[in-house]
Amino acid sequence: MSQSAATSLRRTPLYDRHAAAGARLVPFAGWEMPVQYEGVKAEHLAVRHGVGVFDVSHMGQVETRGPDAERLLQRLVSNDVRRIPEGGAQYSVLCTEDGGVRDDLFSYRLAERRFLTVTNAANHEPDLEWMRSHADGFDADLIDRAADYAMLAVQGPRARPLVHSLTDGNLPSRMHCCERTVAGVPMLVCGTGYTGEHGVELLIDPDHAAVVWDALTAAGAVPIGLAARDTLRLEACFHLYGNDLSLDRNPIEAGLGWCCKEATGFIGAEAVAAVRASGPAEKLAPFLIEGAGIARQGNRVLGGGAVTSGTFSPSLERGIGMAYVSALRAKPGTPIEIDVRGTVREAIVAEKPLYRKGGS
Amino acid sequence: MAADPSYPDDLLYHSEHDWARVDGDSATFGITWYAQDALGEVVFFQLPDVGATVKKDDTYAEVESVKAVSDVVAPLSGEIVEVNEALGDAPETINEDPYGAGWLVKVKLSEPDETSSLMDAASYEGSLS
Repeated sequence: MSQSAATSLRRTPLYDRHAAAGARLVPFAGWEMPVQYEGVKAEHLAVRHGVGVFDVSHMGQVETRGPDAERLLQRLVSNDVRRIPEGGAQYSVLCTEDGGVRDDLFSYRLAERRFLTVTNAANHEPDLEWMRSHADGFDADLIDRAADYAMLAVQGPRARPLVHSLTDGNLPSRMHCCERTVAGVPMLVCGTGYTGEHGVELLIDPDHAAVVWDALTAAGAVPIGLAARDTLRLEACFHLYGNDLSLDRNPIEAGLGWCCKEATGFIGAEAVAAVRASGPAEKLAPFLIEGAGIARQGNRVLGGGAVTSGTFSPSLERGIGMAYVSALRAKPGTPIEIDVRGTVREAIVAEKPLYRKGGS
Repeated sequence: MAADPSYPDDLLYHSEHDWARVDGDSATFGITWYAQDALGEVVFFQLPDVGATVKKDDTYAEVESVKAVSDVVAPLSGEIVEVNEALGDAPETINEDPYGAGWLVKVKLSEPDETSSLMDAASYEGSLS
């Protein structure tokens, strides 16, 4: 429980806002980020039943631009980039040749020959290096835009009405994006999120992010830290890179076959196709703990496999998580046993998502 | 949550953020305001068994917040004679009242002289800064 000096950590443009709001700030992927403000349960429930705002400015952005932008991105990412309309969004993974996952990404098509791809903070620089090392022969530029954007997520059943009330036009529908002026600040508004609720993500000039933050919180958006971001995404069964996704896991066993279009010839497509054809030995399965106890990352599943994400669900008030288990035991309804630091806990494989919006 | 830091004068403190309220050859154990604040909202307390032996500086229980599990270290040695059963249904009591209703166990001390190695409130509070 010791506190170490955080000398080389980066700060978002909203650092002062977080400190003033009484946030507990912790090192995360090289950034000093708010892990919680009032408390993770209250913040979690604010997003489920009202509206919360997250500072996710640590996330990176890569712009792909030029005549071959679509062809280059098609080669790099797993999904079919041609299917993204202008003003559209798409989820994909970035694979190695052997099908391991380097990162999971959202790409937005800003114009016919211009895409913006959002990376995970810890992977941003390696992603960019990897992308550039595979860009020979394409007439397109990969531009590091991480320093050009602050990013806020506004999420919850009241998120869209709240943002709309501050916006000069209609909001983009789910999986779409458009330029708008919110609270007087021009920005890219995206109909995406990581909570399982309705909401938007805002990509903003860092110099103006605080104005937007102030307007959103004044209008009733509750500041939400990374701890609740994690419980919200896990209830929704969204993957977290470094936990549920890694270089050692391919997207088929991670349950992300839906965003892999091997016919596009992306890097790793052959390896992914081979696993899809033969069937993976293990699959990522969401689970609910039966009774007391909370499984955590690294806990072993008896008979093979391990928990990659585990927490206490504030919505369901029980232990939940995701684990790689034998494909034979990945079917919803299958009982599994998890070794939680020496105590065997009963769990049951469940349907995705573990919590559905509007649930009780 | 108990909003403001407090470290009562009538308790002895262990550097791993546990307290002991000693009464003759028995004592009540709990975790400090600092510990519960660092942990965040406690959502699960695995009750240890009555009759179990605890050893000073060793883990005897676990408290879990939403985010993490944390070991609870015994400030003194002895045998558990009572556990706070109410925490099974209301573990958040540890946050709300860490020195009162949020106590964890009562212990019959096997080596009462160990108290000399614990800190008083002023020393413990000083160690936190």
